[in-house]
Amino acid sequence: MSNVTMTVNGKTVSGSVEGRTLLVEFIRNDLHLTGTHVGCDTSQCGACAVHVDGKLAKACTMFALEANGSEVSTIEGQANEDGSLNVIQQAFKDHHGLQCGFCTPGMVMAAADLLKTNSKPTELEIREHLEGNICRCTGYHNIVKAILAASGQDVSNIAAE
Amino acid sequence: MYNFEFKQPKTISEALNALKSDEAEALAGGQTLIPTMKQRLASPATLVSLSKISEMRGICKNDDGSISIGGGTTHADVAANSNIFPGLVTLAENIGDPAVRNRGTIGGSLANNDPAACYPAAALSAGATIVTDSREISADDFFQGMFETALEESEIILSVRFPVPSLSSYQKFVQPASRFAMVGVFLSKFENETRVAITGASEEGVFRWKEAERALNEDFSEGSITDFVLEPSGMIGDIHASKEYRAHLVKVMTKRAVKSAS
Repeated sequence: MSNVTMTVNGKTVSGSVEGRTLLVEFIRNDLHLTGTHVGCDTSQCGACAVHVDGKLAKACTMFALEANGSEVSTIEGQANEDGSLNVIQQAFKDHHGLQCGFCTPGMVMAAADLLKTNSKPTELEIREHLEGNICRCTGYHNIVKAILAASGQDVSNIAAE
Repeated sequence: MYNFEFKQPKTISEALNALKSDEAEALAGGQTLIPTMKQRLASPATLVSLSKISEMRGICKNDDGSISIGGGTTHADVAANSNIFPGLVTLAENIGDPAVRNRGTIGGSLANNDPAACYPAAALSAGATIVTDSREISADDFFQGMFETALEESEIILSVRFPVPSLSSYQKFVQPASRFAMVGVFLSKFENETRVAITGASEEGVFRWKEAERALNEDFSEGSITDFVLEPSGMIGDIHASKEYRAHLVKVMTKRAVKSAS
């Protein structure tokens, strides 16, 4: 076992992990932050997406020890300080951007990553940025709409489908 | 996944020392190796992570005009760098998905030499030089068949030196489930020669399509390869595409590369 220390959602945390412990396992099993999901566990679906040192990463395809000393943010760190939903989360709620909700944490983390560098993405740019996130309900249309709305763009002419 | 001892050296010499231990393997971005280990297709006793070695990251322009890319540089960093030529930017910004591009590295991709990976096509087409801890290997000698390279056990790629072509293009026909290349064509046009490297198509891994190169050297136009027929034997045939379809795609994607080269 090795010691690992990192900052998760602004708090310094540490634990004792095996070499093979995945970052997502550390986040879920040791830190009990179960908002980060394991969908496929084969790097395909993006339900485990988190930010590591400000960059989008699949927490199922990274060892916890690789994040030693890093700053990690998860879905639990996304809400506003008063606990209300942030702009992206609220837009997902308003535009029905989730059905079963399983992929939603990864979708929100991917959307936050996109909007950090591209404040007014086109529909195509959003779809390309979500290439590594799979929604098994196939609810992509409203996910894309929610992200357009979160970036302040007018979505009133986009039909609900 | 079987357990292993994890080491995270900060310098190249520490990494080389760590790799001397029995059944040690290098871990680059892990976007292929970690899924492989989950399936128990790889089970190193020691895993030496290269991601904290800062001297292996970054991109610089050399005095002779070539560019050197550190082996530990991520696809996202290559795609965003202004020194990189157009074909290589297109390639780097279309590998996998954004999360994969933030972790996966050029050194990891070349060392793995997946028959459908993108980077081997760029290195072979541009005539890159692979710089390891002990020697320099030309791309023409580096790739030795599916998942096979000239690398020795515990030899690591420190950087890759690319001559900069005057025109280049990467045309990838994406296999939509994996986002690997069903067929990928990298074209590099230099003053004296044009080189065309194909990935995703051959059972032998990346290769140069020399017949097309000769024709393009004489006449750099789509028309010069229109009548070519590529032999399907030796092509990969699987549930995604037959040998015949891949052979056909090689020509189609090469023509697109000629047309779009910039």
